[in-house]
Amino acid sequence: MAESHGNAQGAAAHTEADGGHKAPFPPFQKDTFASQLVSLTIAFVALYLISSRLALPRVRKTIDDRQDKIEGDLAQAQKLKDESDAALKAYEAELAAARTRAQAIGNETREKLNAAADAERKALEERLSAKLADAEKTIASTRAAAMSNVRGIASDAAAAIVQQLTGVTPDSKLVDSAVEASMKG
Amino acid sequence: MDPIHQFNIEKIFTIGHIGGQEIAFTNSSAYMLLAVVLTSLLMLATGRKLVPGRMQSIAEISYEFVADTIRTTAGKDGMKFFPFVFSIFMLVTVSNLVGIIPYTFTISSHIIVTAALAFLVFFTVLIYGFYRNGLRFFKLFVPSGIPVVILPLVVAIEVISFLSRPVSHSVRLFANMLAGHITLKVFASFVTMLGAMGIVGVFGAVLPLALVVALTALELLVAFLQAYVFTILTCIYINDAIHPGH
Repeated sequence: MAESHGNAQGAAAHTEADGGHKAPFPPFQKDTFASQLVSLTIAFVALYLISSRLALPRVRKTIDDRQDKIEGDLAQAQKLKDESDAALKAYEAELAAARTRAQAIGNETREKLNAAADAERKALEERLSAKLADAEKTIASTRAAAMSNVRGIASDAAAAIVQQLTGVTPDSKLVDSAVEASMKG
Repeated sequence: MDPIHQFNIEKIFTIGHIGGQEIAFTNSSAYMLLAVVLTSLLMLATGRKLVPGRMQSIAEISYEFVADTIRTTAGKDGMKFFPFVFSIFMLVTVSNLVGIIPYTFTISSHIIVTAALAFLVFFTVLIYGFYRNGLRFFKLFVPSGIPVVILPLVVAIEVISFLSRPVSHSVRLFANMLAGHITLKVFASFVTMLGAMGIVGVFGAVLPLALVVALTALELLVAFLQAYVFTILTCIYINDAIHPGH
């Protein structure tokens, strides 16, 4: 055994004690290199195996799971949104169809009612004008009758007046023509 | 108050001998295993909830951080090396951060540790580069679009820079950790030295104490940053093995 840690430490303590040669700078003490290399190899291999076999796949899975969950949730939200959009669109379409149908029914009813009212009014007007014409005829005939009665009464009255005044019974034809003339005048 | 004392390797027990060299379980070994155990606990003992808690978040952020680093520097093919890069990153980061705690030991303050990791990366790149690309791996040293006249010079520079990678790779981490811990220790020993000098010294010790606090914050940054630099360089070198053409 050429050198050992115990010797190195002992040497360091010794040199410090008698204040002679400086102790070797620890990072350059060659006798510690082998120990450090062995420990570093063990530590690094252990760390590499733990990382590659256990740690990194574990964290990768956690991150992937979260990513999947987020993507799944987003897809779900998108699906629901699409569904609600479709429902809204269907509702609006139905509403529009119902509105046009209601308008059509309204128009149809209005036209039907208008036509019925028109027909009734026309019939009523015809009936009324017929009655009016009848009434006018009656009035005309009544007036003619009345007028002929008036002439008769006037002729009689004139003849009576002439007889009273003159004591002569006038000719009825003359009286008639005189009455006629005066009535025209 | 020896600022170097913190880097001493102390034997805890002997494991065995290889070629006359004693192989011991040391304080360094203990902190290496501590880093492995802490990493394993972080990655395995934390929850697997849909909405992560704090420790689970740290585990997942570590995962995503290393994965993103590889993806951006070495591309999708680099993910083959994910466990490798992740192990390096967690080992260096966790041990560096543990090393900030007073009275602890920092394994990356020893050149042999950082050099071993750097050479591990170097040989991984070399072997995988030839395995994947065959002789096309030499294209790494021949940048395209260089005039033939200066090509030998450029190739020489490229080869030298490739061969010096493990040196710069390991010394950068080692020197940063070593220097940071020595600085902390020196300023901390100022505090105790001045504090021992009576009432004037106590007031005088305020300044180094404030500096120690500030430097500890800086070292916390350096501990993480150097681990990250080590990792990203690893990724860049691995990228060379995967895509040797410039």
